[in-house]
Amino acid sequence: MVMGTSTAARKARWAILDIIVVVYALVPVLWIASLSFKTKETLADGNFVPREWTLQNYAEIFATSEFIRPLINSIGIASIATLIAVVLGMMAAYAIARLDFPGKRTLIGVSLLIAMFPQISLVTPLFNIEHALGLFDTWPGLILPYITFALPLAIYTLSAFFREIPWELEKAAKMDGATPAQAFRRVIAPLAAPGVFTTAILVFIFAWNDFLFAISLTSTEASRTVPAALAFFTGTSQFEDPTGTISAAAVVITIPIIVFVLFFQRRIVAGLTSGAVKG
Amino acid sequence: MAEIVLDKVTKTYPDGARAVSDMDIQIADGEFVILVGPSGCGKSTALNMIAGLEDISDGELRIDGVRANEKAPKDRDIAMVFQSYALYPHMSVRENMAFPLRLAKMDDASVRAKVEEAASILDLTQHLDRRPSNLSGGQRQRVAMGRAIVRSPKAFLMDEPLSNLDAKLRGQMRTSVSKLQKQLGTTTVYVTHDQTEAMTLGDRVVVLRGGVVQQIGSPQFLYDQPANLFVAGFIGSPSMNFVPASLEDGALRSPLGTIPLGDRIRRLVEAADAPREVIAGIRPEHFEDAALLEEGHRGQGATFTAPVDVLESMGSEKYAYFTVEAPLASTAELQELAADAGASDVPGSGSTIVTRLSASSAAREGDNVEVWFDTDKLQLFDPSSGRNLTYSG
Repeated sequence: MVMGTSTAARKARWAILDIIVVVYALVPVLWIASLSFKTKETLADGNFVPREWTLQNYAEIFATSEFIRPLINSIGIASIATLIAVVLGMMAAYAIARLDFPGKRTLIGVSLLIAMFPQISLVTPLFNIEHALGLFDTWPGLILPYITFALPLAIYTLSAFFREIPWELEKAAKMDGATPAQAFRRVIAPLAAPGVFTTAILVFIFAWNDFLFAISLTSTEASRTVPAALAFFTGTSQFEDPTGTISAAAVVITIPIIVFVLFFQRRIVAGLTSGAVKG
Repeated sequence: MAEIVLDKVTKTYPDGARAVSDMDIQIADGEFVILVGPSGCGKSTALNMIAGLEDISDGELRIDGVRANEKAPKDRDIAMVFQSYALYPHMSVRENMAFPLRLAKMDDASVRAKVEEAASILDLTQHLDRRPSNLSGGQRQRVAMGRAIVRSPKAFLMDEPLSNLDAKLRGQMRTSVSKLQKQLGTTTVYVTHDQTEAMTLGDRVVVLRGGVVQQIGSPQFLYDQPANLFVAGFIGSPSMNFVPASLEDGALRSPLGTIPLGDRIRRLVEAADAPREVIAGIRPEHFEDAALLEEGHRGQGATFTAPVDVLESMGSEKYAYFTVEAPLASTAELQELAADAGASDVPGSGSTIVTRLSASSAAREGDNVEVWFDTDKLQLFDPSSGRNLTYSG
């Protein structure tokens, strides 16, 4: 009985703590969501729950190419950058975790340096370089810097995962008749999958959320991504306040991230490697 | 099924360290060969070179008469069982065992049949759909064996496959490994640091020290005729007792008394051109409680009398420990053996003599006991080179 009350009290304490954390984190998001459902007249009434619900804002953003085109750009650029960064990162991380090659320390050092570099200081040179190369305002123009800045992150995360995979598994695969490529694909890659998905999520979120490069290295709808496009939103007339549509767009662009995380979260199963060796 | 020949195989690391030097071993088809030695003696390196997981720096490895130095592991058709088992954690037991067959592009029906067959041999049938993480140590070990046997390779390589099991299970698995090998008749190279496994499992045993082969032979031969001090101290449990002694006028002066040498030993010692100072070795079972022996039998050996320090009764026999006055023999070989065992009750490092007396002995701790030993079973070693001076093999 005494035990029962103490666990109940414990549960209650934890529940309160959890609620505080969730509310603290989610209020701004809910507010944006609330704004996006409000009509233009009630936008500034200060109510948390809209008095009049409307989908007008959503209808408006999807009615123009002003939002749809950047959305396509965002999805395309972030996905391609994620794919390339993860594939390159896997190869580099595997080499770092398994092989001893000349210049390994330098490679790790340089990648750390890139990760620490303030991106704002690179915007101007990148702008000039991309102009000269004709990459300005193109998809590759954004994909390349995203890969560059996502790679250190990818390499670090992945090499930690690769290091945890016992080397003997690879030797066993070789003895079982696998080529090095087969050993990697059928034994190492499945075991590193949780790491790969974690890395993919991190890289995708980085590319998806980026505003600095998106605003500086694009000029038209040809490659402008959503975070940048939001800044250019205007109302139907010059004097109209675009708050409602911006909120709606903001809600829409958080959805892919949520979907992405939920989809891959199931694959991030901890302890997948347990049982490989005596444990 | 294959014959494996190591012809002056050498492994030199880039930093110049030699893990294996000029190793010459001929393993016949279907033979069970054990590589044994203390840790760091190069036995695992040798095995990895046969497997193809490590490059051979010098010399030649021939499998079935064909040079295999440059062959990739997958082209050598050799299966290996690892100390850690190295099971694939993301696959079920069935998929683990089927993996080598799938890589060989075998059709599904035959894969199924082969896996079920191997599983029934190893008593794993009811575990086929479980994951390795849900299996016990012994079951994992059997899965690792199953993965090796499914594809009927030319040879099995086993790298201390039983060292992660507890003592009782190890004993059981030792028997089943031996049975399995007899049943399949596949050439097997087995690495261990445990001399009991080496004695009980192999057709032939290769004793290694510092990357150099010390002696190759059947377990009984190594036991009876160790080529040198190292082999003598390594093989046998409890190990051989070593005492410093000197040869004088056809007799041996030792802390166990002056021992007259028999004709056989005297001839061997003379033929070996023995130095004056030697190390005498005698195995615990060649001692006996003098009170239990008939008069005629007693004459074939020598006796000494000493107080029993410790008496361990095993039921079927008694181990009596004595302390001898003189400092015990100590050479590089013996020190290495002692360091490997990590204990002080190893040959020559303490001053204790271990004897195995029959269970009916009336010896008691603290009492003086007259102990007889068989002088014909004495082994004499050269302290400087470790060479066995009484070697007649």
